[in-house]
Parts: sequence; C-alpha cells; structure tokens
Amino acid sequence: MPAARTGPSVPVVLAVAVPVIVAFAVLPRVVDLYQTELLIYGLTFAIAALGFNLLLGYTGLLSFGHSAYFGMGAYTVAFIVRDLHVQSMELCILAGVLSTFVIAALFGYVCVRHTRIFFGILTLALSQVLWSLAFKFFWVTGGTDGIRVARTGITLLGGLIDFKGSGSYQKFVYAYYYYVLALFAISAALMWVIVHSPFGKALQAIRDNEIRAGFVGIRVRRYRWIAFVISGCFTGLAGVLWVPLNGLTTPDILYWPFSGEIVFMTVLGGFRTFTGPIVGAIAFNYLKVYAVASSQYWQMVLGCVLVVLVMVLPTGIVGTLARLGGKLRRG
Amino acid sequence: MDTLVIQTLNSIFYAAVLFLIAAGLSLIYGVMRIVNLAHGTFYALGAYVSAWAVGTAFGLGASGSGNLVLAGQLLLLPLGAIAVAAVGAVIEPTLLRPLYRRPEEYVLLITFGMLMILEDAMKFLFGGTPLSAGSIMDSMGSIRIGSLLYPSYNLVVIGVGIMAAIGLWWFIYRTRFGIILRATSQDRRMASALGLNVGRVYVQAFAIGCFMAGLGGAVVVPAQAAVLGMGVDALILAFVVIVIGGLGSLEGALVGALIVGFVRTAGIQFFAEIELAVLYLIAAAVLLVRPTGLFGKA
Amino acid sequence: MALLQTVDLKRYFGETRAVDNVNLSIEEGEFVSLVGPNGAGKTSLINVISARLTPESGKIIIKGEDITRLSVTQRVRAGIARSFQLVNVFDDLTTFDNVALAIFSREGKTAHLGTLAHLDHAVANEADAVLKQFGLAAKRGDNARDLSQGERKLLDVALAYALKPKLLFLDEPTSGVSTRDKGQIMDTIASVVRGEGITAVIVEHDMDVVFKYSDRIVVMAQGAILAQGTPDEIRKNEQVAMVLLGSSGPDAFTRKD
Ligand SMILES: Nc1ncnc2c1ncn2[C@@H]1O[C@H](COP(=O)(O)OP(=O)(O)O)[C@@H](O)[C@H]1O
Ligand SMILES: [Mg+2]
Repeated sequence: MPAARTGPSVPVVLAVAVPVIVAFAVLPRVVDLYQTELLIYGLTFAIAALGFNLLLGYTGLLSFGHSAYFGMGAYTVAFIVRDLHVQSMELCILAGVLSTFVIAALFGYVCVRHTRIFFGILTLALSQVLWSLAFKFFWVTGGTDGIRVARTGITLLGGLIDFKGSGSYQKFVYAYYYYVLALFAISAALMWVIVHSPFGKALQAIRDNEIRAGFVGIRVRRYRWIAFVISGCFTGLAGVLWVPLNGLTTPDILYWPFSGEIVFMTVLGGFRTFTGPIVGAIAFNYLKVYAVASSQYWQMVLGCVLVVLVMVLPTGIVGTLARLGGKLRRG
Repeated sequence: MDTLVIQTLNSIFYAAVLFLIAAGLSLIYGVMRIVNLAHGTFYALGAYVSAWAVGTAFGLGASGSGNLVLAGQLLLLPLGAIAVAAVGAVIEPTLLRPLYRRPEEYVLLITFGMLMILEDAMKFLFGGTPLSAGSIMDSMGSIRIGSLLYPSYNLVVIGVGIMAAIGLWWFIYRTRFGIILRATSQDRRMASALGLNVGRVYVQAFAIGCFMAGLGGAVVVPAQAAVLGMGVDALILAFVVIVIGGLGSLEGALVGALIVGFVRTAGIQFFAEIELAVLYLIAAAVLLVRPTGLFGKA
Repeated sequence: MALLQTVDLKRYFGETRAVDNVNLSIEEGEFVSLVGPNGAGKTSLINVISARLTPESGKIIIKGEDITRLSVTQRVRAGIARSFQLVNVFDDLTTFDNVALAIFSREGKTAHLGTLAHLDHAVANEADAVLKQFGLAAKRGDNARDLSQGERKLLDVALAYALKPKLLFLDEPTSGVSTRDKGQIMDTIASVVRGEGITAVIVEHDMDVVFKYSDRIVVMAQGAILAQGTPDEIRKNEQVAMVLLGSSGPDAFTRKD
C-alpha cells in the first residue's frame, strides 16, 4: 500500500509552475519594452525576497540587514567588471554569489547566536558596517556616486550574446529578461526543494519551537546558520543580476531602509506561503515605480500601503487570496 | 591642550544629543518592548518644527537684534519636542495598540511604515531645503578657550543633556509615575492585574519617548540645520548607543551616548573612513558578548 | 553495568534544592516510575539528565560514558529522549510532520536539503506506524495546534518515542487531561513501551497506574531520593505514604485526585 499523501504532489506543482513560467516567457511579446524592464526588476527582487523568506517565513528570524547581501552581490560585480575587466555574466554570478557566501557565513555565524529582536538589530548593525565602508571609501567604491556598470561591457552565456552596436538597448532588455527569468525559475525550484526537504522541515520545526527542536536532535544554531547563508546567497544573486540592469550601484542598496523594503515586499506577498515573496516582490516593484512616477511623495504612499497591510491584511496578498479562495470553495 | 578641551566638549555635545534620542528609544523599548524604527524620524521632526517656529516667528534675518529676540527664540525651541510628543500620543493608540497581540514583527513593520510616511510628511510641510535656526547660535556668540573660540550655544546643549538625564532619572526613580512605569515594564500582565491602567501608561511612555527624540532635534537645530534623511541616519547611531548601553536602560543610554560621542570624535580625527564601521562593530561585539548591553538586565 | 547512573547530581535554585545529591541508577529494559509531591524535583532531575538544565555538580553516566558535558543534541544522540510536562510540540507542523521530523533527525537526514521529505517512503511508513500506535492516525494531516489536549500529550510522547531512544523520560504524560482520557493514554503508552521493552522513566501521580505498570518505583521529596523499590515494597512503606499524600493514613494509595 502506498503511503497516504503527506506533501505537495510534484506533478501538480509542475502543472501550475510551468504554465506560469511559459506565461512569463510570452509576456515580452505582449507588453512594451519599459514593462519588460520593470518585470526584470520584479523578478530579481523576487529572488531576493525568496531568499529572505527562508529566514523569516521558514526559520522564524526577521533579518533587518539583507541589504548587505544584495549589496555585496552588486558591488562584487561592479568591482570585477571595473577592475578585472570581467565581461561574462556567468563569471559575475559566480564571483558575486561566492563573495556573498563568505560575508553571509561570517555575519550569520555572529547573528544566529541571537533570535527575535536581538537578531534583527545584529543583522542591521552588521549590514551598516558594509554601508559605511561603501560610503566612506569613495576612492574604491565611488562613494555616493557609486560605480557604473555599462551593459555594453557585459556578455551572456559565456560570450555568446553581447550588447555592442546600435539597437543594443532593446536587445539587452529582451535577452536579459529571458536570462533573469531562467535564473529566477532555477532559484524558485531550488528554494522549493529546500523548504520541502527534511532540512526545510527542520527549519520550520525550529521556527515553531526551538527548544523541542533541540530535543529531537536538531542542531538549532547550526541549522539557523546554514539557512542564513543560503538566504544570503539568494539575495546576493539578486544583487548580481540587478547591477547590469540598473547600470549603477550606489550605497543606497546597502543602507538599512533597503533592508526594510525587502521585508516589505515579503510581507506584502505573504511570508507564510512559498509564493508570497515572489508575488510581493513583483507587486512592490510596480507599486514603487508608479508611486515614484506619480508623486514626489511616493514614500508616503508606500508607507500608507504598509500600514494598511499590517493592520488589515497581515497575511499579505497570497495569504488573503488563499483565504478568499478557501471561503469560495466552501460556499 | 586647547584642542583637547574643544574635542572633549565636542564629544560631550554630540553625546548629549545622542543621549536625548537614545533615552527616548530605550524608554519605549523598556516599557513597551517596541523597537521604534521611526524614532530617528521623530528627532528630525522635532528639528524641523523648532526651526520652522523660530524662523516663522522671527524671520530669517533676525539675528543680532538684541537679547529679547534671542530669549524669544530660545523659548520657541521646545515647541518641536512638544509637537513630537503630541504626534506620539496620537500614534500609539491608533497605530500601535491594535498590534500588541500580534508577533513583534508587525509592530516593527508598522514603525517602518510610520517612518516612510513621516519622512514625506516633513518634505511636504517644510520643503526640500534645509531649515535652520542658526540665528540663535550666531547671536549667542562664542566663548574663548585658550586661544580658540567655542560656540556658547553648544554649552547650552550640553546643559540640556545633563538636565534631561537628571530629570529623567528623577522622574523614573523618584516619582509615583516612575514606579508605575517600571512596574509595567517589568510585567505588563501583573501591572494590569494590580489595577494599573496599562493603556494609559503605554501612551504616556510613548509620548515621553517621542518628546525626548523631539527635544534632541530641537536643541540640535540651531547648530545643525534640519535636512531630509537626518532621522534615518540618527536612528542607527541611537541603536548603537542603546545596544552598547543595554536596551531599556537609562544609565546605559547615558554611558552608551558618551562612548559613541568620544569614539566618534576620535574617529573623525584619526580614522575617518572607518569611524562609522567601528561604531557598528562595537555594537555588534557588545551584543555578542553581552546581549543585554553594559547595563541591561536580562 | 547500569544503563544510566547519576552520581551526586545537584541542582539548586537559590535556596531551593531542586535536585539534591541524587544517585539514580536505571537498568536496561526497566520501566521505572518517578513519583513525589509537586515541587519534589522530578522535572528538574529530568531536565538535568536531558541537558535542559546544567547541574551544579555531579555526573551523568550512560553505559559507563560520562555525558555530563554534552549538549542537548549530543545527549539525544547518546540515546536520551524525553517528553514534557507542558506540551512541547511543533504547533504549525502537521501531526505527521512532527513525527516524521523526529525520524528524519534520528536517521541523520535533516541535513538533506536536496530531497523532498514527503517522497521518503521509508520514513513516511514508519511515521504512519508510530501515529497508528499512538492512536493519532486519523489526525495525521491536522496541525498539532488543532489537536485536543490528550492528543497533544500523546504526540509529545510519540515525538520522543520516534527517536528510538535507549532511555525514554516521560514527564507527566497524562497531566492536564480529563480522567476519562487518562487511562487510555497510559494504556497506549504502556503497551508501546512495554511491548518493545524500551527502558523508560515515567513521572506519574496516579498511584494505581504506577503500581500497575512499574518494575520499580523511585520516590523523590525535596530534591532527594527518599525511597525506591518494587511496587510491593513501596506500597508497604509508610514513610512514603506520608510524604506522597500528607498523612492521610493507611488507605492513602487508593485515593484518587
Ligand atoms: N526555573 C526555576 N527557577 C526557580 N526555581 C525552580 C525552577 N524550576 C524549578 N524550580 C523549583 O525547584 C523545585 C522542584 O521543581 P520541579 O522539578 O518542577 O518539581 P516537580 O516536577 O517534582 O513538581 C520547586 O521548588 C520549584 O519551585
Ligand atoms: Mg514536574
């Protein structure tokens, strides 16, 4: 007799995920260049938020310092492109994720010694070390001007695709869209496996009851550390992908309010669901872009959204939709 | 020698302002267990309101028109603190109170939302250009320290800082309200079981905390113009102070502010590039070795 | 050689001697009841042995090996598992996942992050078997927080049991449960533990139950072991009766609470 169902069925998940990815793949044919560009931003932030939520949603740790890992990825790319004249995006990803891995391992080792608000403050303080260095060592980092990374200097797929010559901007946006979409799909799949693995279950157990987790033999601190590093690497990858798109990296992405934005995205989508951070990141990106475009007081708009969200819809977009869906089905 | 005295005064000046901000942050954390991310923005709001009040009442070119004007300006300064306290008294019951039963993440997030709203509200109300009450500083002149000049107003700020520390200490340890405050901070449920009105204690504690932040802004604005973003910067330094001193401890805020003040002055002098980084690292190290800070209790 | 041996184990809370010079020895395969009035130090003793608390002094020895300095997880690996007086489970995981997690942990599989937990059929089958043994099979898909108090107590025990420990401590597995469910829970536990010859130490207040199931009874009072022996020996011990039930006389042990 086969064991009764205990988890999501892989075919069903694929049946949902594949059409979504296909729909994303078709989108650039439907929407214009600018919208396509916005979607790339949305997808990169989605990778960052997915990583962040491994800590918040699955391990129960609220980091207020994820700007550090996003920024680490971004600055690594800027450095190696500028100083080592690296062109290959794959090399950038490798270097960016590697450097994020190192810094996340270091910071994480320190931070997982605490939980709750102390954890939040520690992550924040350490992220601000990086910010202040980026800010102050202007002869290395360009200070507040940041470092330019020209998309014309970047090649994809080991040099197969480059963006020199006329019409290159358009070419870049479309090619890069698919590049980021592919990486997003891989990241989401990886993360999905991680949270549904025995390790992912152990993290959720730690989130629910860290004391009991220890008494079933889980090495709580060690696992939190591993989760921290994985989380940082995903966010670092997002930072790497963000740079060529943005064309510039500045200390703003290391500054603590950017960490707040990552938290915001995740809660907007709903941190108790797997898809919440993805939906939240894409939605947040639109929200911010349109708020910035329509008013100089965009921060106030975002702030009000956040306040309403926390007060009225604490489970976020996905959580709320799931509840409504459940109600409809039950009649 | 003279420079040493000046540097020491600078450190204490800086510590005094930081103490005002951090003591408020710490008080709010101590009583309500809330980490208020909008606290730095309250400080900025205090600075703006005071600068605006002084500027509106006396015009911009009013410097040097006699002692009466100066006295009037000085009297208007605390307006910033009062305004911020009022804002706090409105925010606590409306935005924070409904969230106390929820996980602490939500309270943290809502204070982040408040930060965003208030930052833009200040931009809307006071415009994008810096607002200063520098005329006060100018008309108070300088005192001579050896062969160097030092602005007299800075001494006023130091004085306010010292008075605030003493006042707060007296208030918390020597008044009836202070006893209630400490009881509530120790055990909220016990306090309410004993018949204390916890809701009222919370709104008062929050308003006082906000008042301190606003006062910090009010006293600093004659020396440094109010600019957008000053609150976001200040918050992190205030964090460093209370992490070093101990979350929720008044003595800790004082000692933490002095440490940060002196390290910062030394940093600007000797290791300008890593001055901020050093402060954050000190905070991280303290949190690691003594999570409750130098003066905090578990 | 005894399975567990504590040597002059001490743990004080200020003036309170929660564990006071305890020399407890447990043989392999024994079913031992730990009894004593509230505040006698039963929970504290289990806490010290399971590394929830660190002892002031003394030693804890498992099969000749000193484990006094080992961490919680290391002691789990050394074969000590426990349940809790106040329910301590993973509230937002399903009943099934609670038990499966313990099995994954025992098998060293919680470090696997590239495989899907629910596709591990060996673990799933074992988890379902454990749930069945504890009468929780019907609740496998419910979150632990939605179970009844009695079911939660059973799940707490099942978590410890699923670790296949050498030595199982059960701290008041029937506390906070209605009298009606009490008997059923104890029967379930006894049949599982006795059925497989697991070495178990159980804290229980109901002396009928204690006399019925135990090989040996250890009586604690004020942090120290007051007496120990077979059910018959303890039944005849008047000093124990006095301590356990105040001074209610010869029929002390038949009183129900
Ligand atoms: N964490 C603690 N802090 C202070 N005293 C404690 C603590 N835990 C237990 N005690 C005290 O130790 C004694 C033994 O308690 P406990 O081990 O819970 O007894 P039992 O489980 O036999 O009822 C009691 O007097 C109790 O008040
Ligand atoms: Mg007990």
